[in-house]
Amino acid sequence: MATNPMHQFEVHRIGPSLSINGIDLSFTNSSLFMLISSALIIIFFIAGTRKVNIVPGKIQLLNELVFNFISKMINETVGPNARPYFPFILTIFLFILTLNMIGLLPYAFTVTSQIIITFFLAIVIFIGVTIVGFAKNGIGFLKIFAPSGVPIFLFPIIVAIEIISFLSRPVSLSVRLFANMLAGHTMLKVFGGFVVSLGIIGGWLPLSFSVALTALEILVAFLQAYVFAVLSCIYLNDALNMHH
Amino acid sequence: MELDAAKMIGAGLAAIALAGVGIGMGTIFGNYLSAAIRNPSAAQKQFPTLLLGFALTEAIGLLALVIALLILFAF
Repeated sequence: MATNPMHQFEVHRIGPSLSINGIDLSFTNSSLFMLISSALIIIFFIAGTRKVNIVPGKIQLLNELVFNFISKMINETVGPNARPYFPFILTIFLFILTLNMIGLLPYAFTVTSQIIITFFLAIVIFIGVTIVGFAKNGIGFLKIFAPSGVPIFLFPIIVAIEIISFLSRPVSLSVRLFANMLAGHTMLKVFGGFVVSLGIIGGWLPLSFSVALTALEILVAFLQAYVFAVLSCIYLNDALNMHH
Repeated sequence: MELDAAKMIGAGLAAIALAGVGIGMGTIFGNYLSAAIRNPSAAQKQFPTLLLGFALTEAIGLLALVIALLILFAF
């Protein structure tokens, strides 16, 4: 009864079919889990700030933990003048973290295992950082392609390599998150299939491995969200603090 | 050679890239360990850098997986 491990990644429609000009806009299981994650984050913060004390209660303590974690991370990578970008980075981090974690529950759909979702998250970061770079530095933003101390005969090839690596940023951001989620969840389903097919006699071995793998996947869910946020901050640092 | 057989061989060859990833992982964690044992108080501050390095190296391994999947299923 081993089902296909790729079956969990199918996006299917929930509810009525809604189509505009041939583009399918109906509500899918992907949209459902994005809604559930957003609702969870909003409820988490509302519950923590309902009655604000100087000595925090339990949920307020968790809110402050998350807040301080991202605030410290932004201070270390970009510096204190990136304060206006803090809500954006916090939202990106919490959204990706919740999407990754919810996907670990049984019968849940991992939204970030769809390349189109991670691609658009990465494109938002890339285009946003480019716009910020041009807004803050004018045309001088193009100086990031020309690092200082390059001998003049190497200049064209260094600029070409820098441009290519700059353009590969959204690709690497999106593929890293997508491939981690895809590989992790596929492995979980494959080992689950082993448990079923080995039955009572030998099923304990893949089961214990599945338990360890789920623990690893929880770590990977958190780590990938953190790495996405840190890399966004590093790209923002390139754009904001160009004079260093 | 049939296309399917060539695809299988291509996907298997793409997995050779994981050798480099293994070397990179060992380098990162080994260097962190040897530096952390020399200077334990400064090690805690660099832990996020360690996680960042681990995730970036892991991404290369996953790029190899994506190439293997592309060869197998997309072409």
